[in-house]
Amino acid sequence: MQKLSEMMRARAAELLAQGAVGRVLGWRSGGLGYDPSPAFFHSAEQLPELVYNGFCAANLSKYLIKAGENDGRTLVFLKPCDTYGLNQLLSEHRIDRDKTYLLGVGCGGMLDMEKARGKGIKGVGSLEEAGGAVVFQTLYGEKSCPRSDLLLEKCIACKGGEHMAYDELLGAEETAANTGFDRFAGVNELEDMPAGERFDFWRGQLSKCIRCNACRNVCPACSCNQCVFDNARSGVSAKANADSFEENLFHIIRAYHVAGRCTDCGECSRVCPQGIPLHLLNRKLIKDINAFYGPYQAGADPDSLPPLTDYTKEDVEPGVVTTRGGATGC
Amino acid sequence: MLKLSVSRIPELLAAIGGARALFLPARSGGQVNFTRWDTGVEYCGEALNTVKSAKDFFFPQSENLLTFQTQGKSISITPGGVPEEPFVIFGARPCDVRAMDILDMVFLSDPQDSFYKARRESGVVVAMACNAPEETCFCGSFGIDAADPPGDVAAWIVGDTLYWDAKTEKGEALTGELSALFSQADGGDLAALKTHKEEIASILERLPLSDLRPQSVGGSLLELFSSEKWGELSQACLGCGACTFVCPTCQCYDIQDFNTGHGVQRFRCWDSCMYSDFTMMAHGNPRTSRLERFRQRFMHKLVYFPENNGGQYSCVGCGRCVSKCPVSLNITKVIKAFGVKENVR
Amino acid sequence: MCGNQKHAVDLLIPTLGVVTGIRTDTADVKTFRVNGVDGGVCFAHMPGQCAMLSIPGVGEAMFSITSSPTNTGYMEFSIKKCGSLTDWLHQMEVGQQIAIRGPYGNAFPVETALRGKDLLFIAGGIGLAPLRSVINYVRHYRGHYGAVDIVYGARSKGDLVDYEEIKNEWSTSEGIQVHLTIDRPQVGWNGHVGFVPDYVKALGFGPHRTALVCGPPVMIKFVLASLLEMGFAKTQVYTTLELRMKCGIGKCGRCNIGSKYVCKDGPVFRCDELDHLPDEY
Repeated sequence: MQKLSEMMRARAAELLAQGAVGRVLGWRSGGLGYDPSPAFFHSAEQLPELVYNGFCAANLSKYLIKAGENDGRTLVFLKPCDTYGLNQLLSEHRIDRDKTYLLGVGCGGMLDMEKARGKGIKGVGSLEEAGGAVVFQTLYGEKSCPRSDLLLEKCIACKGGEHMAYDELLGAEETAANTGFDRFAGVNELEDMPAGERFDFWRGQLSKCIRCNACRNVCPACSCNQCVFDNARSGVSAKANADSFEENLFHIIRAYHVAGRCTDCGECSRVCPQGIPLHLLNRKLIKDINAFYGPYQAGADPDSLPPLTDYTKEDVEPGVVTTRGGATGC
Repeated sequence: MLKLSVSRIPELLAAIGGARALFLPARSGGQVNFTRWDTGVEYCGEALNTVKSAKDFFFPQSENLLTFQTQGKSISITPGGVPEEPFVIFGARPCDVRAMDILDMVFLSDPQDSFYKARRESGVVVAMACNAPEETCFCGSFGIDAADPPGDVAAWIVGDTLYWDAKTEKGEALTGELSALFSQADGGDLAALKTHKEEIASILERLPLSDLRPQSVGGSLLELFSSEKWGELSQACLGCGACTFVCPTCQCYDIQDFNTGHGVQRFRCWDSCMYSDFTMMAHGNPRTSRLERFRQRFMHKLVYFPENNGGQYSCVGCGRCVSKCPVSLNITKVIKAFGVKENVR
Repeated sequence: MCGNQKHAVDLLIPTLGVVTGIRTDTADVKTFRVNGVDGGVCFAHMPGQCAMLSIPGVGEAMFSITSSPTNTGYMEFSIKKCGSLTDWLHQMEVGQQIAIRGPYGNAFPVETALRGKDLLFIAGGIGLAPLRSVINYVRHYRGHYGAVDIVYGARSKGDLVDYEEIKNEWSTSEGIQVHLTIDRPQVGWNGHVGFVPDYVKALGFGPHRTALVCGPPVMIKFVLASLLEMGFAKTQVYTTLELRMKCGIGKCGRCNIGSKYVCKDGPVFRCDELDHLPDEY
């Protein structure tokens, strides 16, 4: 990945020098090795700080909404999963394709520092990704861990290494093979639970919610200029959860607002400070949408029509709710 | 100095928790957070810190101030109950305990907040020194010693022994109730504890952020405010509130009314200066951009709060913002950007 | 909560007031008279201070107290209709109880820096409301102050607040000169036409006066520029600022300008103090 980083910097420098792009959107290295931040680079002098490593999980496409306000094109580095979010934003006309230069980069899967901490790796001074392992130099000794043990949940459920949108590809051959993981396994598990147990599971998880809005703010499908939860006149704008109903309400409303547009990028779960598995809610709706309206992957094709805004005569009838055993009036 | 075998910690917790509410860091739902003690709840001492800080106990995320009843044109007001239930917090880290002093500067300054005050008076804090500070820690930069906690009781776990030192009247009162469980530490114990503290100090010195100095953020208030660096620093910020909500010293709040259907509850809840509607008025908003809100948060923590509180920074170096920000922005990157000369790494 | 639990006594908990009078000033400004439930005023205050008014379930907001503290019979608020709470207040009827708490903020230095001075009040639109408290205080203790000039302007005649009082009481008061202006010519108006900052310059006040300015932010900015041109120092000019507030006691962190909280260190500021604060209001 070191080599890929260098290639990215070089290509970015070229495009900046040619004037083909006005700025570069990538990741800037942090001091701890695992804490790069999304950043804009405006000149070749700034590019040495551009980094691409196993901790660049953040999807950069949403920043293009604001970047589009500037003149000229913005070069953005996109991992395969990021391109789904980008296509979704394009189909919603939130981003102007002509103001972007998409550089698809290969991805070996992104890593979760929380998982490393869970293995007792702490006091990290520096780290190195070497082949299939990550070697940490810590205050408490050198620790090594297979890459596969540290993958983010969203990367274990990787949708595949193909970029859905790009002007150019770099290092695509470095993309790790899809692990073959069934991303609906977690949903199936929940569906198999008795209703009471499932309710308890979600209550246990959602009661942790601190309404920080990280999930909403990182989500590429959530780009409203004024969110209904920030609008005092909407009736749902409470800042804190006054009761358990409100704890559930925020997430159920948001899941429905993004239904059919959620690309299953997994960012919501990654950013939740309380570790709530929000992706399970979204995947449940994706599973149902696939069943009711035919298989659909948001963001795969920017010209496709999202199932919830595209009526066809084959659409399922509302009565399916009762045939599935829900809403029986209990 | 008293001591107790680590294997008897469950007994200690049962003795404390049997008589009053007790909260301690415990694993629940895959995270370590302060949990109410009950039989079977185990103290998790390996975790560096809880996800949510201890500020919740004195400044809860939401708290009822009063209830209104309306009838025609008449209103009646029932003030919220005074939160007087006694409780103990066991295992708060030194950074979190110092944060309580910082919150005191806000809520106990004139006019005193009676809800906060009642909770402060009913709570006893047993602090636990940190055995394994991590790379996200920078409490030392704010004058906090992870090896020597403040609090009503200071505690250490050294090998198989828990050391317990009451520091205040409240701490001594609690200790008195538990005296049967403890034995006196002898000379050998005190020596072991001293060595242990030195080990922690040596770890603290080697942390990547150990030389971070907030004092290096130089320049006048107006110079810092108008610096061009804010643009670059705030670029990636999502404007969520994760940093403010996990931060033990952030204390901005909102007051909202909630119509329950049979009365209106007026409650106070956490708010975040990062939110777009924080300063929004009917006729305008002084901070319409992410940059302005990002700048406000850090100017408050590093400049405004110290100016109003005798130089005390509104940060304790707990490192939660370092590990919880979705895009890895945090106060250390801000301090480094402004104190560039002194913090080159 | 068990029945024996103590109820909190806290500054965030309001008392009850009752609206005993409503006067329509302009198309979007009404002046409300508020008494304590048992008569009189809910609390004492000094000119320039504010109070939090709220309606359960609708919201709470800070309003400057427009009546002078020398009026112990009732308290008055002139409120412009511009948001969900003010919309509700404008639909109120006499007899409506409201929740009120205060007084908040610092006050104009009526007993210190303003004593014995020649005063110049400059207001625009609803900005007259906080200054009215000072003007009526000064009228009550007339001998403590020097000459008084009031320059007041609005978009049109119909937008002038407290018009009857200005005409019938202020204009006829000893040692008080009132100079009204409206933005554009209007049938039925024989007075001055022009913007307040220009009118202030045209009237040519001597720079020995102490000025008190309140109005829309852009008006304050231009009035200050006019005054400086006329030779006033920033130390002779006071203004009152407005930001979104929730607690009113300098704790919720919302209304700060730099290190100052407008609810506690303000809302009255002397203009040289503002030079040390960031420009975000």
